[in-house]
Amino acid sequence: MVIIFYIASIISFIATIAVVTRKNAVHALLYLIVSLLGVAVIFFVVGAPFVAALEVIVYAGAIMVLFVFAIMMLNMGKNSEASESNLMNFGTWIFPAVLCLVLLCEMIYVLYVDGVGGASVTTIGPVEVSRSLFGGYVLAIELTGMLLMSGIVGAYHIGREKKKEYHRYLQSNEMTHE
Amino acid sequence: MSELPINAGLVLAALLFLTGLLGVLIRRNILFMLMSVEIMFNAAGLAFVLGGAKWGEADGQVMLIFILAMAAAEVSVGLALILQMHRLFKSVDSDVLSIMKD
Repeated sequence: MVIIFYIASIISFIATIAVVTRKNAVHALLYLIVSLLGVAVIFFVVGAPFVAALEVIVYAGAIMVLFVFAIMMLNMGKNSEASESNLMNFGTWIFPAVLCLVLLCEMIYVLYVDGVGGASVTTIGPVEVSRSLFGGYVLAIELTGMLLMSGIVGAYHIGREKKKEYHRYLQSNEMTHE
Repeated sequence: MSELPINAGLVLAALLFLTGLLGVLIRRNILFMLMSVEIMFNAAGLAFVLGGAKWGEADGQVMLIFILAMAAAEVSVGLALILQMHRLFKSVDSDVLSIMKD
């Protein structure tokens, strides 16, 4: 169990370094997903299977899809097609794939050999988490719901395509530029 | 089967956080800066869960759920801002925004 912890830590750290150093946004996103999966394995190993599942579903699933949509909408100019064909290159995807494969082997090993959480780890499952979440933290849950709601409304309001309405100072500036 | 390596986990959380901080500091592409902020959130959540595992309480995982919700709200607003910036300045370079000063 401990060796799995260390392997997942190393994978997650390598992938995070790769996120910061990549030039292409899509490559960095792939490495970021690998890093999040590694952290999810660590959660699983330390006896928190519920948040491990949440990490994969919400972080590596939903939030990363938001990033992919944003990158698609940005459509980084003319070199985007070239990078698209680069994405099919063997060298681009093989390293994240290997990292993911190691994580998959760890997961299979944990499920079939060691059992969830192992012997020495006390597993804190969804029941305890939910009891704590809706027991002492009810107010915080309500506030989180309001935060998410305002986030949605704010994202819609900011991201909406507006008509170009400049302040007259900016307008005169624009004319002098052109 | 030995004890949980909580210390090593905390070191990993610190390393991840520092990597994210480094990313915010050295990258000028604002998309990468947002990703680095995500890495920092993740590192903080890792530290919370490790603390919860150390004392056998569920509160660490509760905090991670809150961090998750906050990260989702932050990313949606941040990406909307990035789209708006790309629309106005035709660039995702954060240095472009310095023209707001003059």
